[in-house]
Amino acid sequence: MKKLRYALYTGCTAKESTPELLKSTLAIANKLGIELVVLDEASCCGASHLQDFDDMLSLVLNARNLCYAEKLGLTMVTICNTCQLNTSLTKDRLDNDPELKAKVNEKLAEVGLEYKGTSEVKHFLYALQDDYGYENIAKQVTKPLTNLNVAAFYGCHNIRPSHLQNKTNGGENPYVPRSIDDLAVALGANSVEYGSSNKCCGFHVELQNPKTANRLSGSAILDAMDNNADVMVTPCPLCHLRMDVQQKNISKEMGREVKMPILHLPQMVGLALGMDEKELGLNHHITK
Amino acid sequence: MSDTKLITWKVFRFNKATDYLPHYDTIEIEVSKDEVVLDVMNRIKWEHDGSFSYRRSCRHGICGSCAVKVNGKATLACKDNVFALVDIFGTTLTLEPQSTKRAYKDMVIDKSDFWSKYDVVKPYLIADIEAHPESENIISIEEASRLDEADYCIQCGNCYYACPAVEVNEDYLGPAALTKAWRFNSDVRDEATIQRLNIVNNLGSGIWDCVKCFECAEACPKELSPISKITSLHLQTFEKNRVDNNIASRHAVGFKWSIQRHGLLDEGELVRYSEGNIGVMRHIPEAIEMFKKGKIVMPWNMPKSKNLDEIKKLVKISSTAKF
Repeated sequence: MKKLRYALYTGCTAKESTPELLKSTLAIANKLGIELVVLDEASCCGASHLQDFDDMLSLVLNARNLCYAEKLGLTMVTICNTCQLNTSLTKDRLDNDPELKAKVNEKLAEVGLEYKGTSEVKHFLYALQDDYGYENIAKQVTKPLTNLNVAAFYGCHNIRPSHLQNKTNGGENPYVPRSIDDLAVALGANSVEYGSSNKCCGFHVELQNPKTANRLSGSAILDAMDNNADVMVTPCPLCHLRMDVQQKNISKEMGREVKMPILHLPQMVGLALGMDEKELGLNHHITK
Repeated sequence: MSDTKLITWKVFRFNKATDYLPHYDTIEIEVSKDEVVLDVMNRIKWEHDGSFSYRRSCRHGICGSCAVKVNGKATLACKDNVFALVDIFGTTLTLEPQSTKRAYKDMVIDKSDFWSKYDVVKPYLIADIEAHPESENIISIEEASRLDEADYCIQCGNCYYACPAVEVNEDYLGPAALTKAWRFNSDVRDEATIQRLNIVNNLGSGIWDCVKCFECAEACPKELSPISKITSLHLQTFEKNRVDNNIASRHAVGFKWSIQRHGLLDEGELVRYSEGNIGVMRHIPEAIEMFKKGKIVMPWNMPKSKNLDEIKKLVKISSTAKF
């Protein structure tokens, strides 16, 4: 197989509150022989909050991030669902609106950049699924996750809006997503069937409405618990922050003890590839 | 491909007047490739049980009456083809009302909360026009067609009953009402923009309580995007300077300050800026746990984007929003 190369847009969270995500992503990429060129020039995507305040600025910043992937001639991979959303939304708007693209390029020209629209943007999960192939990962499994019940938690922005995300997520259906379940099975685990795998964790209202956020993540985790999950796995660091860090507050809101280890997607892969817990940053998790 | 398929339907049955709990009837129906869910509901009533109740009227995707859920997916019964649903879910399909907890009888639900939230946003044109005008109050074709995105809404409620924020927060106005607020706020003839912005900016019920999950965009049978109207209402709020200085608005604005300084988001500082120096105290228990696990970057170690000067310059020349 030809060596896969991507431009990695880490997002902010992986460099701050979920260092284990960046660590485990780089570790498994290395192990699988995927080259990730980290885009250290990239800025924050705005997390769909800057988008509520300053549309033009968020377009310019996201276009600038894409410019750096274009310069390398590489597809951009994201490791955060919300980075994926904001980058792909920007790309979609600019690629379909020459006037808007010209306006954004007018700004970018001031710093010597031009957005062309030549780089795709996809989440790392789908690079593993569609470019690398789960069968090729399965061949390298040394510690199969036998008897581990994995509840996949997809996070909103990888699967919705589907007309946008379907361009780079292998046509994942937002009502019955399979990519993480299939990956878990390829790694030897059991995939848990439960109704909340495609639901929202409530991260985006965590500050202004913790009650809504706790109820949403609470009902998802309880659903996974009630269906005998041993662990939940998510491709999104924001879902991870919500569900790993906030379990005490979630338990209070739900009136029932919520206890569930939450793994980042690359950590699950790394464990099956026989990597040790430290290398995958499991020591950074709040919930054991 | 065979032109018919044998489908097992699990049909939600409930009569609020007589039943304590709902139950599901299992009915096998041979469905042909052109049939939509409404055809199946008709056949359940006509061929299996005359007491089965549901709303229906136009059969042309215009009246919005026949919205239901199939395997949890928001469905407009007269529009959604059964074979397409089988492609997604397989040959066992569960037919439920849009919201089981609001059920009156079978598929018929109490939509009073949906309509009362509609009323809250003043879903009509408010303008001081002459009672006996001598000429038409004309707007341009461009100005009118901008409103299409919301005018095609048929008030079926699919977005509203798919919205998880509505599910857990009964005060939240929800995507349909907010889309309507955007519609009249974007009408050049309307004079109540500020009034509506004040309504939709209330914390706990308005635009700041959208969880940004895009379920509404997925659920809409007219392929409108209610969430993008909610985003537009946020932008209108800042444009018209009607924003309250509160935790939610500071949370949006804080991204700009952070990006300007670091390129990246300073997570700790964003929480402090949004909450204020006193409010931030409530996060101390989590912050301590996060610190112990190496999840908090101290201000002096805050990572910065490479070529930060570019970002600073772009913020300066591109940013137009005011707070």
